Amino acid sequence: MQEFSFEQLSFLTGELVLALTVGELLLIGIFVKKRGVSIVRYASIAVLLIFAFSGFILNGTGSAFNGAFISDDFSQYVKALIGVTAAVTLWFSRDWFKRENLDQYEYSILMIFAVLGMGIMVSAGNLLTMYIGLEMQALALYVMAAFNRDSLRASEAGLKYFVLGALSSGMLLYGMSLIYGFTGTLSFAQIASVLGGQEDVNMGIVAGLVFMLAGLAFKISAAPFHMWTPDVYEGAPTPVTAFFAGAPKLAALALITRLITGPFEDISQSWVQVLVVLAVMSMVIGAFGALMQTNIKRLMGYSSIANMGYALVALASVGGASVGGAAGVSGMLIFMSIYLVTVVGVFAAILQMRTRDGALEGIADLAGLSKSNLPLSLVITMLMFSLAGIPFFLGFFGKWFALAPAVDAGLIWLVVIALLSSVVGAFYYLRIVKTIWFDDQAHTFVKAPSSLTYISSASALLLFPILLLPFATAPARALIEAASASLF
Amino acid sequence: MFTGVPILSIITFIPLLAAVALMIMSRLAPADGKAQIAKNAPRVALVTTLAVLGLSLLLVLDFDRTTADYQFVENVAWLGGGINYRMGVDGISVLFILLTAFLTPLCIISSAKSVKSRMLEYMVAFLILETLMIGVFCALDMVLFYIFFEGVLLPMFIIIGVWGGKDKVYAAYKFFLYTFLGSVLMLAAMLWLYYYSGQVLGAENATTDIAQLAKLDIPLGAQTWLWLAFFASFAVKMPMWPVHTWLPDAHVQAPTAGSVILAGILLKLGGYGFLRFSLPFFPDASLYFAPLIFWLSVIGIIYTSLVAYRQTDMKKLIAYSSVAHMGFVTMGIFALNVQGLQGALFQMISHGIISGALFFAVGIIYDRMHTREIAFYGGIVKYMPMYAAVFMLFTMANVGLPGTSGFVGEILTMVGAYQVNPWIAFGAATGMILSAVYALHLYREVVFGEVKNEKLEGIKDMSVREIVIMAPLAVLTILLGVYPSLITDITAVSVDALLADVNAKLAGG
Repeated sequence: MQEFSFEQLSFLTGELVLALTVGELLLIGIFVKKRGVSIVRYASIAVLLIFAFSGFILNGTGSAFNGAFISDDFSQYVKALIGVTAAVTLWFSRDWFKRENLDQYEYSILMIFAVLGMGIMVSAGNLLTMYIGLEMQALALYVMAAFNRDSLRASEAGLKYFVLGALSSGMLLYGMSLIYGFTGTLSFAQIASVLGGQEDVNMGIVAGLVFMLAGLAFKISAAPFHMWTPDVYEGAPTPVTAFFAGAPKLAALALITRLITGPFEDISQSWVQVLVVLAVMSMVIGAFGALMQTNIKRLMGYSSIANMGYALVALASVGGASVGGAAGVSGMLIFMSIYLVTVVGVFAAILQMRTRDGALEGIADLAGLSKSNLPLSLVITMLMFSLAGIPFFLGFFGKWFALAPAVDAGLIWLVVIALLSSVVGAFYYLRIVKTIWFDDQAHTFVKAPSSLTYISSASALLLFPILLLPFATAPARALIEAASASLF
Repeated sequence: MFTGVPILSIITFIPLLAAVALMIMSRLAPADGKAQIAKNAPRVALVTTLAVLGLSLLLVLDFDRTTADYQFVENVAWLGGGINYRMGVDGISVLFILLTAFLTPLCIISSAKSVKSRMLEYMVAFLILETLMIGVFCALDMVLFYIFFEGVLLPMFIIIGVWGGKDKVYAAYKFFLYTFLGSVLMLAAMLWLYYYSGQVLGAENATTDIAQLAKLDIPLGAQTWLWLAFFASFAVKMPMWPVHTWLPDAHVQAPTAGSVILAGILLKLGGYGFLRFSLPFFPDASLYFAPLIFWLSVIGIIYTSLVAYRQTDMKKLIAYSSVAHMGFVTMGIFALNVQGLQGALFQMISHGIISGALFFAVGIIYDRMHTREIAFYGGIVKYMPMYAAVFMLFTMANVGLPGTSGFVGEILTMVGAYQVNPWIAFGAATGMILSAVYALHLYREVVFGEVKNEKLEGIKDMSVREIVIMAPLAVLTILLGVYPSLITDITAVSVDALLADVNAKLAGG
């Protein structure tokens, strides 16, 4: 038994900051009538940024509460990404909510709760911690999906998300109970030591593992657990969708990474196949499902399914790489970092699709945009090309680093499927580019607030490989390498 | 001359910098200044591309033709893990840089008149395109090569789609998806090569350096798959029969300058890829698949020549003739002897000049009459004598008349192929005759005969601008025809070294 000490609390500074401020912010929201909403919003952004960087600044690595909470380079890096993404999406949501008469302080509060849950997920060292984190973020996300409660579509999205999410939590819990039953422990470290000594893997453990992965696959919207994604993406308010597309996916992927490199590291033969199947199905279904979409949010939903497939390819290679699994983990982290940058930019661009009559979501509404709004057209074009994985945009490098370790792990056919499905993907990303540049003009959008134009332009600029010069890439690479090395 | 100067990066990125500068200027300019900038964009682009041309000329003059080593090499750490920013040229690539630098200003001059809308964006797209094309030929790193190679698709997609003809969207899509599908298979092969270099040289020495990878001995079974993957990409780009069908559509719909670049440079990327990757990396597989290539080439030459004869659209006819001429290139490359390789390189350069000129020639009358239907024209020699003479020269060059550059490449590749398989050379020679059939048919229908169409009355002969475009092309066509060692001297040492390397590997394996 590890004795409790206050020193251990330093490992969860970020989470403590979130947990301790969220109550105060709630009170401010309730009692400060006039400017409460914006005070809460900006305070929340500040708190989220503190959360993001607290790990780096305090630089504490270790575990607290008997190993139930782990702080290492991996969790710090992932939390930094989550915190920054959440802060950015919260920042640019303001305009949309104002115009839809939905500008309420609860949104910021829910965002903090969700991020707190994600922080706990990423740092989980114990099945229970993991579940608490997961449910905490999931509950907040359900409410956020239905935040526009007067809209039928949003309520439907929230309900759908909740019902299917509850189902997946059930599977997850069932899997956890099987694991607990067959290993006799909840702690990741102890599960690893129990499984490490076994010659054959007990079927009960395999079944538990599969159930757990199925539950988590739901959270990252990997096929065949993807059904909710297009509907929720479409129905939820656009800023919420922007948030859904980024941080929660990364958090769940990080949790999967921790599971396969921690407790289940030694039984890789049991989970590699599961991840491979999930990856193949996600890539193919994501690519073909998106072909016929007319709503850009739905399209991004399918696109995220496909992209989770690529991330899973990188993770699947963790189990078989001859050079060690760290390359697979860092491939996933590079891919996801680039994906987050892109997706935040895409949604910042989607939020700019607004005429005097209201927000638009159809792909056809972008028609001829290059004639009326050249900067936004260029931004969307770059983002789409990057998502399609076409050099010289960063999306290509994301794919390169996600797929390279898979070749190393002998999964070359998986790489070929990934690349072929990316050609199908290119078709629908190109359709957006085509609509913008080749079609006749449909709408003139109203002038977008600067927060949106800044974010979309910044993310498009970040996709330029000019920033891949050594002085810019080296520190980021070093962080990612350290993060992935810390798991092994 | 250029010691210590990253001359290749400078040549490559000058156009990109100019493009960025143009965009930024037009963003910052006030509303009335924007039109001013758009109006002056062609001038900026012209000066930029001429500067690139000057530098490339200096580069070729400074190029040491006595060594097969890569020259003007730059090597900077880039992505980590052995993926560096490596640039360099040898005898095989240096002339393509010059060709690109030579054709682009001509395209700019031509477009300044014929493009009617969005001048600024057009020039920006062209400048970016030039950067990418030159980059392909400079890259000595697999990843860098792939980036430039694929990146070319983006500006070309936009150029066809925005400034193209009636079915531009269909053509742009077809062009993009065809070539993209081919390329991703190559990407998979590149990933495998990267992994394999780590296996052989040790994980920390894994590399994407083309020179180092060429030294690896790859097991025969793997070579076959890798060769096919690279083939998928290069054959589509080339394009070889039967994956050529994107080319006629793309050519017909693209604006004139787009067609020129497409035929002049982009088709050469495939041939260059064969020389840079397929031969040195997979010599055994290349030898193994050579008969396949031969037959595809010959079928392509004869079939597309026949198809070309039946075309009613001038651009389509020239597009099919391009496919036929590229058949000579692939045939020469896989003959795996000096004549074949030299001929293939020569044919690529010469075809770049001739087909570019032919597309310009079509553009000249298209700008006047806005149709490319062969049946629409006839007897224009009466009103355009100078045009008739120039068009004649390039038609003859396209046929491969001795004294023009078209002849040298075709005869060399056939000599090369003859040593391997006389029947192949025989088939290709038949194709040469067929090329005379369709090319002279086109010329007769358009230039000679009665003036059937009264709309042609008073059509103006070539303007000064058009003469400026055609003159250098004509001079080069004849100059290279009578003095081919201008090119072969530069390529000789590198070709010899490549062949020696391939033969050594074949003997060793």
